[in-house]
Amino acid sequence: MTDVYLNNKFVGTIENPSEFVQKIIYDRRKGVIDNNVNVFYSEKDDEVFIENSKGRVRRPLIVVKEGKSLLTDKHIQQLEKNEISWSDLVKQGVVEYLDPLEEEMAMVAFFEKDLAREHTHLEISPITMFGLITSLVPFANHTPSARINMGSKHQKQGIGIYAANYLVRMDMDVNILHYAQFPVVKTIMHDLIEYGKHPSGQNLVIAVMSYKGYNMEDAIILNRGSVDRGVGRSTYFRPAITEELSYAGGLRDTLCIPDKDVKGYRSEHDYRLLEEDGIIYPEAKIEEADVIIGKTSPPRFLSGAEEYSLASNVRRESSLSVPHGEEGIIDFVVVTESEEGNKLVQVRVRDQRIPEIGDKFTSRHGQKGIIGMILEQADMPFTASGITPDIIFSPHGIPSRQSMSHLIEMIGGKVGALSGRLIDGTTFSTTETEAGLRSELKKLGFRENGVETMYNGETGEQMIARIFIGNMYYLKLKYMVANKIQSRARGPIQLLTRQPTEGRAKEGGMRLGEMEKDTFVSHGASLLLKERFDADRTVIPVCETCGMIAVHNEYKKKSFCPVCGDSEITNIEIAYAFKLLVDELKAMCIYPKLLLRTKY
Amino acid sequence: MEEIYKEYEDKLNPAMLQEIRANVPEKISHEKLKQILDKAVEIYDGSKVSPGECIGLIAAQSIGEPGTQMVLNTFHFAGVAEMNVTMGLPRIIEVLDATKNISTPMMEIYLKKPYCDGGEEIKKIALSIKEIKLKDVATEFSINIADFTITITVDEEKIKNLSLTVSQVGKAIGKFSKNLDIKTEKNVIVAKVSQKGESINTLYKVKEKIKEVSISGMKGIKQVLPVRRGDEYIILTAGSNIKTILQLEYVDAERTITNDIAEIADVLGIEAAREAIINEVKKVIDSQGLKVDIRHIMLVADTMCVSGKVKGITRYGVVSEKSSVLARASFETPLKHIIRAAVVGEEDMLTSVIENVMLNQPIPIGTGLPGLRSKIRK
Repeated sequence: MTDVYLNNKFVGTIENPSEFVQKIIYDRRKGVIDNNVNVFYSEKDDEVFIENSKGRVRRPLIVVKEGKSLLTDKHIQQLEKNEISWSDLVKQGVVEYLDPLEEEMAMVAFFEKDLAREHTHLEISPITMFGLITSLVPFANHTPSARINMGSKHQKQGIGIYAANYLVRMDMDVNILHYAQFPVVKTIMHDLIEYGKHPSGQNLVIAVMSYKGYNMEDAIILNRGSVDRGVGRSTYFRPAITEELSYAGGLRDTLCIPDKDVKGYRSEHDYRLLEEDGIIYPEAKIEEADVIIGKTSPPRFLSGAEEYSLASNVRRESSLSVPHGEEGIIDFVVVTESEEGNKLVQVRVRDQRIPEIGDKFTSRHGQKGIIGMILEQADMPFTASGITPDIIFSPHGIPSRQSMSHLIEMIGGKVGALSGRLIDGTTFSTTETEAGLRSELKKLGFRENGVETMYNGETGEQMIARIFIGNMYYLKLKYMVANKIQSRARGPIQLLTRQPTEGRAKEGGMRLGEMEKDTFVSHGASLLLKERFDADRTVIPVCETCGMIAVHNEYKKKSFCPVCGDSEITNIEIAYAFKLLVDELKAMCIYPKLLLRTKY
Repeated sequence: MEEIYKEYEDKLNPAMLQEIRANVPEKISHEKLKQILDKAVEIYDGSKVSPGECIGLIAAQSIGEPGTQMVLNTFHFAGVAEMNVTMGLPRIIEVLDATKNISTPMMEIYLKKPYCDGGEEIKKIALSIKEIKLKDVATEFSINIADFTITITVDEEKIKNLSLTVSQVGKAIGKFSKNLDIKTEKNVIVAKVSQKGESINTLYKVKEKIKEVSISGMKGIKQVLPVRRGDEYIILTAGSNIKTILQLEYVDAERTITNDIAEIADVLGIEAAREAIINEVKKVIDSQGLKVDIRHIMLVADTMCVSGKVKGITRYGVVSEKSSVLARASFETPLKHIIRAAVVGEEDMLTSVIENVMLNQPIPIGTGLPGLRSKIRK
């Protein structure tokens, strides 16, 4: 008796489990049972599992019978003529989907030539073991899995053309690459997904060499000439969205250029770019603090006496302005209505991003790096034929990571560029081999290992070592210094603690944390530490009698203790955060008495 | 000559003086000797830690920084010749927290001559040390509800190997409880339970307890392993019971050690515990291929042991001894400390580092330590 479980629920028992399982598989292939059903017999536990629930990871395999693939040449011809489609193959039981459990019972052959009697299935193509993006890594069968994984992760971060209609979209934080190209070294997946319609990189000339230490630790050196010609150029889009909200009592926001008597009025300069309707005009050049959409809101929470006072009955300024540290050009303005019927204004800001030191680039092999220097083309090393590389890539990144596909792509790219054809680098495919590429490169008149004699761009001297140079597909990643750069000397502070604000958008400081503090302590730099933490320094009056914080009357220029009345008051200098702690202790009914003593 | 040495007695420590005395040529001019000694004093003073140096924090940083590089998954060795010992960061945490029940207590038992030469003898000793429980030698336990007895069938072969007899086993069970009446017959032991409020439940409970009765060996020693170390044999044990082990005549008590620091403190005293802490921490750091100056570890061990009891670096141990309320509150469980301080009326003299950082006052360390004294003219 074997227990049978349907979606992990016990449903009954059967006598002959293997026959039962075979019957289900047979019926599924014939189309009697839905193809979403998977079955597994565990010999160890003598249990049968039938699964047809949602969310299982399944993959397609060609069914093999008696050592022969069910997918015949006839099928392939029909497929080529578009007479049948994928779903027909599934219906005919030529291809079936296996879930991880049923896969345990399968014996899968990698290639058709390997087929033997014991095989139950045949791999459609070895790249079905990868995901879509991972199969975009060329020659991945030459590289450790960790690097392939990184390569596919980086491609997701690459800037390209994410949607053909990006010009009419209002997406958050979007980058578009200028002059995107189809890779010279491609895989079959590039064709299948029509990568040429939304490419995200450029074919560049790479020289593998060190250059004055500016490309150490994975950094790359970019050719200024290439940058000027458009390598890695991109546009950053960010929308600014405002709505005319309505509030209780018939009050509503108004989009306009705020009047000068509005509470929180900025300055005439800040509103200079607005048209009469309070919205900025397209192609306006904006800088930090400029208003994009002018707006005023009704006064907040009117109550009691305030309602009658004139001062509080003024409308509030609530315009949308350029955030700290950003600039750009107004690209597109839309005025519509929101779902609630309110007036909705969307303004898209565009900013051209030319590669600069610190921007992140990568090849498709997990070899990411940031720009360490942008070198004048005149100073770039050049080959005998006068080629200067677009990128100088450090050789030290290769041995420890063993990303051989990076090097093979360079040779492949070089062959492709020289012979004017695309190179197929599909993983595990044998159409283009390393040896084949090498001999072809030799026929084209280059050294078969891809190295060339190069000359120092500054002195013109021939370099002793020959430099490995080739073409490969490079991607610009979405992490750019322009979005990260931050500095602060003095600036805004938090209301509660009087300490500097946190974060780039709020012009915050870099926190000197607990462990950083410890370094000051262990150096014995006592006074330096005090100075570094002086941001919230305050002077407060303390009553000598009761040890509580006293009051200072600036008008009478006199301090007094509200508890003891006329007593000795001394000013002390402490961190505001400590004053806050003392206050909070008092709120907990704890009496934190300050005992004062002369310091010296 | 002697006078000169005498002069330097309070400037150099005795060991140094001894060394200089031994290495200086006998016929040396007074002037030259003085020069040598002055130079020695200069080097000695220069190697001393300056007053106000923040040694505690530097020790913490010096141990903490390599700690971040420590590999968490230490190698697990397969086979009989190795025992699973906690190493790496978990072990350091265990030692510094002064955990009472460590996860892998272990002993290295050194033997006196001739026992340490190996052979059959050492296997016998090892086996006699290992704690054998009744369940290890019994093949069957059964309950007789009618007679209210527990019948235990014993594997005679195993007992023979341990050089025990069935009646000895029976006696061992008898010692466990007064309410048991033991009768032995061949390889069967019948224990009659004569307890008040007899019920099947109590009978069952007694049966379960009897299984754990130790019939030979030292309590707590779960596993023994004779190994060759250098040119002698030692016994490694899993489980530690150094108190009884040291009393055995064939054990070399001077070299036998355990890794259970609480036990060392109990049996051998606080100085031994301090030494053990240093050794254990050092062992872990060395095993990871890291380098930490031993003096940092010594300082930590000293702080843990000054009170005469081993105190961990936890909020219940060393940290609870801090005099400042604010310093304690800034470590862990701030509310507990603040409320206690409020109830008792504690006074914080702001003498240490953390309090002064909190108030943004100069910390009494390094440049913040020295003060000026002068008369103020009124």
